[in-house]
Parts: sequence; C-alpha cells; structure tokens
Amino acid sequence: MIINHPLLGPRDSEEFVYLGPADLINRPSNWENEGSLEDFYQYQYIRENPAGDHKELWYHEQGDQSWLVVTRNTLTHEISNVELAQDVSRLMGRGK
Amino acid sequence: MSKARYSAFRVLKEALTGHKGWEPTWRDAEPKADGYDVIIVGGGGHGLATAYYLAKNHGITNVAVLEKGWIGGGNVGRNTTIIRSNYLLPGNEPFYELSLQLWENLEQDLNYNAMVSQRGIMNLIHSDAQRDAFIRRGNAMLFADAGCEYIEAKEVKERYPFLDMNNPRFPIKSALAQPRGGTVRHDAVAWGYARGASDLGVDIIQNCEVTGFNIENGKCLGVQTSKGEIKAGRVGVCVAGSSGRVMAKAGIKLPIESHVLQAFVTEGLKPVMDNVITFGAGHFYCSQSDKGGLVFGGDIDGYNTYAQRGNLPVVEDVCSGGMAIMPSIGRARLLRMWGGIMDMSMDGSPFIDSTEVDELFFNGGWCYGGFKATPASGYCYAHLLATNNPHEVATAYKLDRFRRGAMIDEKGVGAQPNLH
Repeated sequence: MIINHPLLGPRDSEEFVYLGPADLINRPSNWENEGSLEDFYQYQYIRENPAGDHKELWYHEQGDQSWLVVTRNTLTHEISNVELAQDVSRLMGRGK
Repeated sequence: MSKARYSAFRVLKEALTGHKGWEPTWRDAEPKADGYDVIIVGGGGHGLATAYYLAKNHGITNVAVLEKGWIGGGNVGRNTTIIRSNYLLPGNEPFYELSLQLWENLEQDLNYNAMVSQRGIMNLIHSDAQRDAFIRRGNAMLFADAGCEYIEAKEVKERYPFLDMNNPRFPIKSALAQPRGGTVRHDAVAWGYARGASDLGVDIIQNCEVTGFNIENGKCLGVQTSKGEIKAGRVGVCVAGSSGRVMAKAGIKLPIESHVLQAFVTEGLKPVMDNVITFGAGHFYCSQSDKGGLVFGGDIDGYNTYAQRGNLPVVEDVCSGGMAIMPSIGRARLLRMWGGIMDMSMDGSPFIDSTEVDELFFNGGWCYGGFKATPASGYCYAHLLATNNPHEVATAYKLDRFRRGAMIDEKGVGAQPNLH
C-alpha cells in the first residue's frame, strides 16, 4: 500500500506503524467524571471495525515521525484521504 | 445414524459394484416455514461442530446452520491446520486440552477420516530467558495433563539436521515439544461435522446470508436472510472473521478488530519435516502436508481489513523467519499463498457468551488460533446454547471481561488486537 503523506508525498506503508482507529485520538478527557470508567472501557477496548471506509492512525516511524489519519477502505485497501493527525485533532478542538 | 457407515468393507463393496451406492455426505436443506429451536449463523468448522454437539450431547435436533456461501469455505479452509494445547493460563489451557482430547477421538466419533495426525509440535527456544518462559509453560501443560517434552539442542539437531542451530542472531538453544500436537485435514473437519450433524437431523442451509436480526423488546426472535425470514427460539452467531459485520446488524459492538493473516504452501517436496516446527525469536510455523508441500505462516498484516488477501511486506517477514531457522527453505518455490480474516480480540483470547440481547449468543474472537479450537468451541457453545450456562472449561470467555479487568492475557503484554 502507498500512503500519500501530506508533506512528503507517496510513501510505502512499510515505513509506517499502524496503531488502530482514529477514534483513539478522542481519549476521554476527564477521568474524574461520573461514568469515566465506562468511557475509558469503550475507548480502550470497543471497536467500530467497519467493512468499508475506515479512518485510522499510522505513525511514520521510518520517516518524519508524524502521525497521520488515513482513510482506507477495509474491503479494497484503497486509500482515499490522508491528513496530519495534528490537523484532525485541532479541528476536533483538541491539542494546540 | 441413518446412513451407512464408512468402512474399509464399504470401500471394497463399492469398488466391486461400480461405486453406485455412495450418497451425498450431508443433506442440503431449505429453511423450514415454522422455524427452528436453534439457528446457528455460520457454517464453518465451529458452527457445524456446534450443531453436531447440540444434537448429539443435548438432543436438540430442530437446528439449522445458515451459511452465506458454501460450508467450509471460510477460515476452516484457510488455515495452517495445526492442533495443539500448549497454553499457559488457567482460563485457556483446560479448554484447549479438551479440544485436543476431542480431536484424538474425532474420527471414531464422526466415522469420518479427518486425517488427524499427532505428529507433534516443537517450539524452538533461542535464549535463556525464553527457555525459562517455556519451562514455565511446560509445567502449566503438565498440570493440565496436556503432556510436553523438553528437548536439548543436541537432540533437536539430531532429529532435524536442516535447522540452523548456530545462526548468529537466533541460535537454537533447545525446544519445548508437545508430542500430542499435530495437524488435521481441515476441509474434512467441516465435512465430517456436517455429515454428523445432518445425520442427526440438523438442516444445513447454504447460500443463505443473514441480513438482519428480528429483535423485539430486547429479545431475538429470528433472523432475516436472503432466503426470507426464519423464526428461531435461540440464535447463535458463529462467524469469526465476519463477527463485526454480523453483530453490527444486531446493534452490538465488540472488542474485536478484523485483520488478515496470510498462509503459504510450497511445491511438493520429499518428506523432510515429520512434525510442526515453530520459530521462537520471530513468528514462523511450518509443517509438511501429506502431499509434500511445506505449509507455513507467520504474523498478521497488522491493519484492519476484511479483504481476504494481504500485502508483500508480511510475505517477506514470514519468509525471512523461515530462512532464519531453516535456510534450505529458500530453495523451495511457493505454490500458493492466501489470506483469511481473523477476529482479533483485545487479549488474544476468544468469546463464547450470551449477549445483551436475549436469546442471541456469540462465539468469536478466535484471533488466529481458531482451527485447533474447533471441537471444543462447538462442544462448549452447544453446552451454552442448550443449558444457558458456560461449560466449565469456557467460563473465562466472557464478552464483558475487559470491563471487569479480567482479560486472559496469555502473552502478558496488555490489551492490543494483534495477539493469539
């Protein structure tokens, strides 16, 4: 698979490490909240696991060390969109 | 059994009478209008075994197995056929030992030649720390009466002279073997269970895809399929590989990711490997089929997928694992390679449990160890479906174990969906 890095252009997926769904960006914010145990359980263990488009986190370990949010079809392996995780995170109102 | 039994006498008789007396191995059925006591979704090894043990052990014969394609066309036909019970943890080891015991008696029980071959499995040890860990595992196996054998380097070399004992990075220090492990003809497992279940009255319905569940007031009343609605007293889903997709139709999310595992077979070679050998420093396992091909595999590709094919980087990784322990494998040419979709659970262990929907049950999360579990999975799932209680060796396989902090962490590395 070729991942089209927003800054570096097309790179072989071998240079990356896969983490999992992009939902992992949304770590529950406050562990002191009521029900946070359930929130963390859902965050840590439960997966959407869709057949079709899947937003997922890839880490460019053998490159510029950036985290990417890759939209990839789990039925065809076709990659339709690649964004910097930093940008996605900012749009969600997280991070700096 | 309603059908004539298979025997050497029968083969001889049919040979002398022009092979005109053979019947279809199982009965291809259509859905009954008034429904079933139990519907099993998924006609793979586990689903067919479940139906067989429901009928045989519990006398529940008004059962249908619904299969989207043809039986045995999924992971039971896409694995490396290895059986073993060399697990460490109390939640796992008795279950897999029951499975191995059922394998040992499978052919007599089913009157079907599944080519169960207890040729032994040998896990190679490459460091002192790994030896200590394997000896601990060996002791756990002895506690469970699974049997094991510690083999010194000298003997490993004598038995398998083709192994690279003095590889600079991965020297072979010794090995832990389970002589009762081995291989089984995987397709025959599906066919044998199908024949056994069908003879006891189970309807095996192929080309019947489940498209939805009829759930009212939190209770499952049946399924919608490509062959219409079918009523059921109880529904047991058993579709490892597609668990996410099927359970989503019931609105249930799982602690599972779907990944692809590739497997490989070389051209036929003369007999060289009379058991199963695994590489301890990387991930590579290999046996030789009765046709002579070296059957081997390694790690999953490592990204979510439902495509039954993998990518080349993992091919290279698996083959380099093979080269590290037996350089001669480099001279063998690959004949075929294929991929199967695995339910990768968050701790590498499976689920056999009820769900939040009444009368809807779930069996899945087998990671890439489902084949060896086939008989015990069916046995324990049938027990759960018939009695509402988990079988005593499957009590740990609960869906809510992560919520309770009771994961079965066989590898001791915490939650990640890439274990087995």
